[in-house]
Amino acid sequence: MSRKRQVIIIHGKDNVGMALSPFKAGMDVSVEIRGRIEKIKIMSDVPIGHKFALKDMDEGEIILKYGEPIGQSIRKISRGEHVHTHNMISPPHSHSPLSPKDTQVPG
Amino acid sequence: MNFHGYRRPDGKAGTRNHVLVIPSVGCSQGAAMAITTGLRGVVYLPNILGCGQVGEDRGLVKRTLAGFGKNPNVFSVLIVGNGCEQLSPEEIAKEIKPSGKRVEVIVIQEMGGTRKTIAQGKKIIKEMLHEAEKLNREPIPVSELILGTECGGSDFTSGLASNPAVGFACDMLIAEGGTVILSETPELIGAEHLLTKRARTPEIAKQVLEAVAWWEERAMRAGQNIREANPSPGNIAGGITTLEEKSLGCIYKAGTGLLEEFLPYATPPRKRGLVFMDTPAHDIEQLTGMVAGGAQIIVFTTGLGNPLGSPIVPVIKITGNPNTFKKMRDNIDMDVSRILQGKETLKEAGKRIFEEVISVASGKMTRAERLGQRDFCMFKMNVNI
Repeated sequence: MSRKRQVIIIHGKDNVGMALSPFKAGMDVSVEIRGRIEKIKIMSDVPIGHKFALKDMDEGEIILKYGEPIGQSIRKISRGEHVHTHNMISPPHSHSPLSPKDTQVPG
Repeated sequence: MNFHGYRRPDGKAGTRNHVLVIPSVGCSQGAAMAITTGLRGVVYLPNILGCGQVGEDRGLVKRTLAGFGKNPNVFSVLIVGNGCEQLSPEEIAKEIKPSGKRVEVIVIQEMGGTRKTIAQGKKIIKEMLHEAEKLNREPIPVSELILGTECGGSDFTSGLASNPAVGFACDMLIAEGGTVILSETPELIGAEHLLTKRARTPEIAKQVLEAVAWWEERAMRAGQNIREANPSPGNIAGGITTLEEKSLGCIYKAGTGLLEEFLPYATPPRKRGLVFMDTPAHDIEQLTGMVAGGAQIIVFTTGLGNPLGSPIVPVIKITGNPNTFKKMRDNIDMDVSRILQGKETLKEAGKRIFEEVISVASGKMTRAERLGQRDFCMFKMNVNI
């Protein structure tokens, strides 16, 4: 059995990881990024199953999960910060056969 | 790599060796059920359609019923008709016969009532069962497997654990030359452009986008804007932020392969690798469509738990929720919740799922099979008249 992990990263290209337990602001978690163990300081509380940033992101940066764009940051996001409706929206160029506006999720 | 399956006269291979009774119309369903009562190794389809469907629905019903007969998990077929139905049992038999398997037809009005039909049906089935017993499993390349994928009763563990783990297993099967069916068109909404950029040709991408628009327009006509209703407040509480994220969680269970083909409902793939079938998200109609399209095995992820099975195809239930696994032990085959406890990687769980697929394809019984789940419901578009 391998060592107990604290984080799931689904795809190697992803810039967010998912918390496997509730993370409190200020705690350090170990994350395996492309085969290397890194320590990340958690900057804000992250509920179980929620996303947090694996790197510092600028406003407008594409957020990748499953190796694909799932959204875009609407302000700067620090490494270790909770990523959710308060700092991210659907990615640009969201495709909608009926109405492109409908893909925007209210923050 | 091989599994142990049954070779059919047309060269296809099955994971099971069922004798199948198909009522070609709802009127003969009672007789079809009675024929199978008390006999082991024979199953019937609880079909209530076959009369009253017009236009494209008539074609859908015929294709779905014939698809079950043609599925390589079926050894031979008895079709039971009433006699005056619009879709005749002979028409369905004609579709199945090129597969080279034995197909018989009996008709209640011609037999002279239900009792005589049941007696004659049982006689034919006993012969078929005797013939089926003589066939043995043999090594068959896993490249001949068509694996259907499905998720139902999803929760936050589905997108985090069970779906991506199944995705690894699908990628492994495709690497061996096998075929994986992704379906549930309404679940693509929000991530359709992320799937279509993996399409092998622009034509396949166009077919997927047209199918998404069709479902979206149908839902809109019924008063539901699917994009606005998703992700739901429950999804957001569970950590899903955008519709793209939610839909990708569903799509990712079929792995990362290029999309080789678009299939209408209940249509067999002609290509190997990842294919997409246009089905509703309604679990039982989706399951029925993939089986009618020739899937010999299904993997079904569930967060909250789901009992569905198929009359002729093993359905492997996989959950990432440890409480669901404990609570619904008789329904669920595999627990991948150790991913969420940080004790197993997605890749390790994916490998375990792939191995389970090979074991089940080779004869290991699933929970739904042990329970005798024979769920069947066809998709159709319009009213019966």
